[in-house]
Formats: sequence, C-alpha cells, structure tokens
Amino acid sequence: MLAELGQLLLALALASTLLVGVQQMLAFQRGGFDANAANRLLSVTAFTSFGLTLGAFALLAALFIGSDFSVLNVAENSNTLLPVQYKFAASWGSHEGSFLLWNLMLCGWTAALAVASRGLAASYRARVLTILILLQSFFLLFMVSSSNPFERLLPAAPEGRDLNPLLQDPFMVIHPPMLYMGYVGFAVAFAFAVAALMERRLDPTWARWSRPWANAAWSFLTVGILLGSWWAYRELGWGGWWFWDPVENASLMPWLAGTALIHSLAVTDKRDALKSWTILLSIVAFALSLLGTFLVRSGVLTSVHAFATDPRRGIFILSMLTLIVGAALVLYAMRTRDIGLGGRFGKVSRESFLLANNVLMTAALGAVMLGTLYPLFAEVISGRKMSVGPPYFEAVFVPLLLPAAYLMAAAPGLRWKEQTLSVLLRPMAIATAISLALATGWVLLLGPFKWLTALGLAGGLLLIWGTLDHARKQLLKVGGETGHPLPLTTRMQRLGASYWGMVLAHLGVAGFVIGVTMVKSYETEQDIAMKQGQTVEVGNGWRLTFVGVDRVNGPNYVAQHGVFELTEGAGQVIYLLEPQKRMYQAGRQVMTEASINYGVFRDIYVSLGDPVEAKPTDAVSDLSWGVRIYMKPFMVWVWLGCLMMAVGGFVTLVDRRYRLRRAATVPASAAASPTLGGGTGAQGA
Amino acid sequence: MMKSPIRRRRLLWIAAIALTVSGTAYGVIRAFSENMVFFYTPTQLLAGEAPAGRSLRIGGMVEAGSIEREPGTLTVRFRMTDQDRTIPVTYTGVLPDLFKEGKGAVAQGELNNGVFVASEILAKHDENYMPPKLKN
Repeated sequence: MLAELGQLLLALALASTLLVGVQQMLAFQRGGFDANAANRLLSVTAFTSFGLTLGAFALLAALFIGSDFSVLNVAENSNTLLPVQYKFAASWGSHEGSFLLWNLMLCGWTAALAVASRGLAASYRARVLTILILLQSFFLLFMVSSSNPFERLLPAAPEGRDLNPLLQDPFMVIHPPMLYMGYVGFAVAFAFAVAALMERRLDPTWARWSRPWANAAWSFLTVGILLGSWWAYRELGWGGWWFWDPVENASLMPWLAGTALIHSLAVTDKRDALKSWTILLSIVAFALSLLGTFLVRSGVLTSVHAFATDPRRGIFILSMLTLIVGAALVLYAMRTRDIGLGGRFGKVSRESFLLANNVLMTAALGAVMLGTLYPLFAEVISGRKMSVGPPYFEAVFVPLLLPAAYLMAAAPGLRWKEQTLSVLLRPMAIATAISLALATGWVLLLGPFKWLTALGLAGGLLLIWGTLDHARKQLLKVGGETGHPLPLTTRMQRLGASYWGMVLAHLGVAGFVIGVTMVKSYETEQDIAMKQGQTVEVGNGWRLTFVGVDRVNGPNYVAQHGVFELTEGAGQVIYLLEPQKRMYQAGRQVMTEASINYGVFRDIYVSLGDPVEAKPTDAVSDLSWGVRIYMKPFMVWVWLGCLMMAVGGFVTLVDRRYRLRRAATVPASAAASPTLGGGTGAQGA
Repeated sequence: MMKSPIRRRRLLWIAAIALTVSGTAYGVIRAFSENMVFFYTPTQLLAGEAPAGRSLRIGGMVEAGSIEREPGTLTVRFRMTDQDRTIPVTYTGVLPDLFKEGKGAVAQGELNNGVFVASEILAKHDENYMPPKLKN
C-alpha cells in the first residue's frame, strides 16, 4: 500500500508542477498577467510539491526501515540484518532513491525561495519560481516514467540483497544529501540568471539576491566533496583520498564553476561589472551539476557499453540536460547584449584579481573536463578504451592553481576599480620573500630541497599572512585607530559576516594548500608481510608492532580483526590500530576497513591484506599477513581546510546585506547604497 | 600609419592574453597526451598492438585456479584472460578486496618478456565491473 501511495504522491507532484509551470510560461509569453496572483499560485505549488515529495520520500524511508522486500528498490539495496541508520540511508543508496532525494532537495530549495523571496520584484519572482517548478516537473517526469523508486517485485524476495558494504559508513549517510544540496542549490542561481535573461534586464541588486544562494550551494557542495573524499580515505582501505576518478571529477567540475561564480558574483554585486560573465557562470555551474548527475547515474562511466545496453535512463537525463542547458544558452546568446558587460575597471584592481581567479578556475575546469570526457568520446568514436590518470591532473592542476594562492593573498587588500601597482608591490614583495624563506627553511629541515614543495608551502604561508594582515588593517579602519577604539566585537560586526566568511574560507584554502603539499611530498607507503610480534619503522620516528589477528562478529558481517601497537620512538604505546577485513554475509563481499590514528601533523594508517602463504619450513606462529602502512603528514589539514572553506561560505549567509528588503519598491540607486551603517561601506572600500 | 598609444597598448594586451591562453592550452594538451594510458585486452597485447616501454592497462578475467602466491612475500602471480588468449601477470603488494579468481580485473603496468609486470591492480568502484568483451 505504502509503495502505491508514494507513487501516487509523485504523480500528483508531477501533475501540479507541470500544469502550473507550463501555464505560467504561457502567461509570460502572452504578457499582461497579474504577477501577484501568479506568485501566490506559484508559492502554493512550491509548498505542495515539497510536501508531496517529502511524503513520498518518507514513505520510501518507511519501506526501507520496515524491510518491505516486495519493493524492488528495497530488495536490491537493503537487508534485515542492516543496522537501522543504514536502512534509512539505503533509501538514497540506489539510482531511483537518489533521484527522489535530488528532487526533494530541489523542492526544498524552491519552497525556501518562495518564503525568502518576498522582497523580489513580483514579475521577476514569478519567473524565478516558474523556472524552478518546471525543473521539478522534469525530474518528476523522469522518476515517474523511467526511474520509479516504488516499483513492486512480485513475488516478494524473502531477503534483501543488502546495501553495498562500501556505503555502510556514517559518512556515506550524509555525503549524498550534502552533494545534492550543492548540485541542486545551483539551480537557484540558474533560475535567477535565466529569469533575468527572460526579463531582458539585470536589476542592480540581482547579484545581491543571487549571492547567498550561490554561497550556500557552494558550501554544501564543498562539504559533500569533503565527505566523499574522506570516505574514500577511510573506507576504500587503500589510503588514497582523491583518485581523479570520473565520479569524483563529476563533482569537482561544478565546484570549480561554483567557485568562479561566487567570486564573479562579488564583482557584479559590488561593482556592477562582469555581468554577462556572471550570468553565463550561473548557467554553467548548474549545467555541470546536471552533467555530474548524468555521468554518475547513467552508467556511462562504468562502461559506455553498460550505457548502451540500457540507454533509456541515460538518454532521458541527457536529453533533459540538453534541453535545459541548451535553452538557457540560446537565451543567453540572444539576450546577453541587453544585459551588457557592466562597469569597467583597471588592470590592477580587486576586480581584475577576482577575474584572474575566474580565469584560473575556468582553465582548471576545462582541464578536468578534457580528462574526464575525452576518454568517453574516444571510446564511443574509435572503440579504443583509454584513460588519463592522476599524473595528468596533477601536472595540470599544480601550475594552474598554485598561482591562485599567491593572487589570493593580495586580492582582498586591493581597491576596487583601480590601484597603482607600486602600492601593492612593496608589501607583497616583502611578504612573499619572507614566506619563501620560511618555506625553504621548512623544506630543508625535513630533508633535501624540493622547489615545488617550497613553493606550495610558501603559497600557503603567504595566504595566511595576507588574509590575517588585511583583517587586522580592516579592524583598525572601522574604529580602532582613534584614541578610544571601539570594542573588538563591535568592529568585527561592522565588517560584516560576509567579510569574515571570506577570511575563514581563504584561511581554509591556505590550510588545504599546506596539507596537500606536505602529504604529496612526504607521505610514506609500505606494503609488507608482517609476522606476529614483528615491529616496523613508520616514517620518521614511529614504530608499529603487529600483535595478531582474531575473529570478531559484526551485525551483518564477520571480520578478521588485526591489532597493531603504535609507539613513538622507543616509548610507550600511544595508540592501538585495529584494521579489519570484513566479510559481509548477504553478498559475501570482502571489505577492508582501515584503521587510522589521526594527528595534527601526521596520520598513521594501517590496512590488513590477506594472510601470506607460509613457507614449508615455517611454524604456525610464523604466519604473516600482508599489511599496508602509510604515514601521511598534515592529512588532517586537507580535511579541516575544506571544512573551513565550507564554514566560511555558510557564515556569509547571515550577513545583513543579503536580507531581502522590499527592495523592489525602492529606486535602484537607493537600494544599492549602503543602508547598514559603516559595515558595508568599510568592506567595499 | 600612426597608431594611437591606446590602440597599441590594447593590441599588446590582446597579444599577451592570446599567448597565455594558447600556452596554457598547449601545456594541458601536452600533459594529456603524455599521460594517456590505453587499455588492452590480452589478445591485443599478445598480438603486439601495444607500444613498448609505455605504461598501459590490461583488462580481463583472473583465470580460475591461476593465482599463485610466493611463500613468505607479497608477490602474486596469476593469469589474465579474455577467453581467447591468456597472459601471465605478476604483482607485489597488497591486493584489492575485489580481486578474485574468475572475476574481472584491471592491471596497470608494463609488458616485460611476455610477462605483464603490474604496478597497480585497480580496485573498481563497482564490483559488477566486467571487461566489455566478456559481457555480451
């Protein structure tokens, strides 16, 4: 019953969104409609479809938790032995379920926008909501027609096939929702951009409306990618954390476009410049989110042949992608002249540095796209299977993105519009020289000199200095220079949440750069056969002793459970590492569960391989195991760096500048001027 | 013909941008072509279709009963097949979980005197992965 009810809810959501969406589009074509009435209808539709989709999702979750194996999706992805939190997470573990989650997020964003957008001009708001509601109807159509999460399995299976053990991990419970929040969040920026194109004009406050949504989407996407990467590190068991796998690249591409977008939005917001480019990026970021969904969910990556054998879904997503993005791009091409480029700026200015960020991000994006899509096209066209591995991506990414760290250090200190080079040059030259000297010392302390490592570390250090130094100057500027300085908290408030969000995010990038540089330069890896009681040296100064292996039983698996003692130098045991090799009962899959001792400056990572064949002469006690051991310096910096970027993005959301007032009724010039005391003025200076 | 300084400067900028863009594109494409790794089946490899001295990937099925572990070490020998031809492979290191006899696998490495010396056995994200030829 529940399954049929869920299906009914989805069908109702499809009917209402499609009807209202198409009807509104036609009304826009005809013109002369009552925008306020339209908005009431659109808001109600947004809430209705959110309620219906939420209901459908709750029903699916209930089916999973209740282990109803008469539903195909449940039978294929769950099992009675599965712990309950994974039964819940299994609702989005499958293709069908993940689309339901995708659509739920889209409905959630639309409903949130319906609430938060009351300050927008009525006709513009109606267009934005209509676009989002039409997007919903596309995805609902896809689910109802070819990807039904509630499909019945008759007769019911006696037991479910179990969720892929790789996905049975707390990080995997939240990774897809975060990622999808990001993907779908870019739909809002997309809708803002397309609505502006439809109206043939870009309100000066357009970018300010769009910014918090883009920032939120970008932050969610950052968290999503971080969790995915951390999950790979912990769960795939082989110490890697970024494989440049197409699945990962599929999420990196919208992230790079999104990073460019949030920076160009800043220029459009503050200076009314780069308008046309910002609109294009809004479209591209969402297009790449759709492309990412297509790549991961169509089966085209596992093998183009798999795609060819069951092309229905893939073709549907691909045509949807083409239709949505194609229409948006055609509209862009036709209308971009009406929007105009916007204000001009000097070659050395904050705008030009933000533009440089955009150029580097776009170039990196192009490089990832080439490496991800070319092998697919090549295989389709020539039948030859090929790939480009991490060496390509690393060779391209380092020269493209390392300069970004140096530019970022200087950018916040630049004036808008125009700045004389000499003012910038002297302090930056000194800071760069000091950073390079410190980094060189750091590298020499660790061993032979490596220039790329030194450049990476110097970039990170310079960025920390540049960001903090600018924050210090800003704090002085907003009331700390007088004889009676204002309290620090007041001055911090004056600078505004979006400023501190930027500071946090840039410090996060610095931490990330330092982390990646250290781990790439100094990690050690050993694959060895270890006997019980044997001790090996790990990295510089740690020792690992293999205590032994026993058997333990988990809820839905049995495991070989290894125990290793970690000691620092000859001292006491500081940590017990307990990697496992699990055999999941339902699918008989074997899974390596690594054990990690996290530290601020290094991770020690152990995973257990197979028992090694004994030599005929060996005694039973000599039985040894294959073991992989890593020492990963500064690994935590990579995670914390990404986390800080995301937190920084979230912090910007509480900035009072982004609160929508009834701006539409105020003349544009008044709306654009700072109305919040000194805060925005100081930040804009 | 006199050109105004503004126009000349603009021309210089355009030239500089064009140079940077083409330089970057050249660098990317060069890195791309240098790091292309082609994928071969054992049949293609034994027919000499693969270039020598270049890292490549082979895909096939791990032949049932072919895995031999060298006692006391992590060295493994096995044969990979596409059901027409078979090629011996050696690898030293810890094997991924999904590596099993009778299952599909991908190895990256080089061909050395008729033996494929793998530097990496790839763990596929998807356990259902099968090389295209075996699928039908």
